[in-house]
Amino acid sequence: MSAVALIATRKGLFKLTEHQTIEPVGFSGVPVTMMLASKHHARWYAALDHGHFGTKFHASDDEGVHWQELTAPAYPKQDDKEDGDSLKMIWSLEFAKGESSNELWAGTIPGGLFYSNDGGNSWQLNQTLWQYKQQQQWFGGGFDEAGIHSICVDPEDSNKVSIAVSCAGVWVTENGGESWNNQSKGMRAEYMPPEQAGDPLIQDPHRMVQCPSDPEQFWVQHHNGIFVSSDGTKSWQEVESVEPSAFGFATVVHPDDGNTAWFVPAVKDECRIPVDGQFVVTRTRDGGKTFEQLNKGLPLGLSYDLVFRHGLDIDATGDQLLMGSTTGNLWLSDNQGDSWQCLSNHLPPIYAVRFIK
Amino acid sequence: MATVIFTKNLERHLSCPSQQVSGTTVREALDNAFSDNDQLKSYVLDDQGRLRKHMLIAVDGSTISDRIHLSDSVNEQSEIYILQALSGG
Repeated sequence: MSAVALIATRKGLFKLTEHQTIEPVGFSGVPVTMMLASKHHARWYAALDHGHFGTKFHASDDEGVHWQELTAPAYPKQDDKEDGDSLKMIWSLEFAKGESSNELWAGTIPGGLFYSNDGGNSWQLNQTLWQYKQQQQWFGGGFDEAGIHSICVDPEDSNKVSIAVSCAGVWVTENGGESWNNQSKGMRAEYMPPEQAGDPLIQDPHRMVQCPSDPEQFWVQHHNGIFVSSDGTKSWQEVESVEPSAFGFATVVHPDDGNTAWFVPAVKDECRIPVDGQFVVTRTRDGGKTFEQLNKGLPLGLSYDLVFRHGLDIDATGDQLLMGSTTGNLWLSDNQGDSWQCLSNHLPPIYAVRFIK
Repeated sequence: MATVIFTKNLERHLSCPSQQVSGTTVREALDNAFSDNDQLKSYVLDDQGRLRKHMLIAVDGSTISDRIHLSDSVNEQSEIYILQALSGG
């Protein structure tokens, strides 16, 4: 029996059952940009991007059998501005006060962080962080506008929340969102002029994860490589000489070992495909000193799979990993990535996978 | 009263029968069409009340020119079609 997971794709939401079968859940044909569920209650959440009709937010109180549309987060009306902000995408969703609560954080494009204290029935924009976005030159990474894709709620103190923004680096609050600090020291941005490379506000962390058992330990898959922090994001150290590439989008950390993390490498910038067409996962067990390349069960021939930011997840035991690609392939590993089993070659492009923990 | 006609593709997501509404501009007509239906409004207009990027409105055979303020004129015989723009895929 494997863990149950949800799979968000360009053409709907799917479920990986405990018998390793894949079942459609809903929203057939509609891009699902993020979802959230917990073992602790039956309420599931799904964020949709209709393209024509905008971003929508849905909830189910019976584990995906029936869904109702709730009010999506909205940006304040700005009557004096013709180009005022509008919700483009819900890119990240997390429980704000533990997985049994109905308090939620939602990270969005164009860069606003929203909070709900009623299970997504209503949302409040975090104005403090939004003021920074308005005053500073946050810019898009992968999309036209800036976006919050990673929200790490500290497992020991839910008032401490770390978020990652493409592109505005890492931001941390220790008081539930009343105040924020940029904590991107040590990151570098090759895509800007050399004198700006260390500017914390232009960093492009593609994905950030926090170790549940060692909350000071964070990993970031950044546009310019892999970075690790062992002091709760106060400083970041670049992990160099990672083969076949330090570029990628996704990362996960072992829940009980902050020195063990996984990445899915690709060629950066110019083509974004696996290096030499060889699809591998990389794993470090020593905090980034060394990496293994894992490919048992992954395609041996030329492959053009790319794994997006949320396309890799790890279960609560740290043994099972689930990975979905832009090519609609879905793989499961039950031995920490030593080997992989392909569960489907025929899903739509996969945006996100999440074990229901 | 002008007639507001929604793309049938919207019916998949929510009920949106044609409506007879008053108004001298597209904005006034849509304000009346959406007066008790914020959910329908959110499928056509964005957070700022502008026409969504990949939506299209045609009045009496012409695509409206003011997508922000929706100031294009309508009359009592107007047909206001709310459609998906092909730019949205």
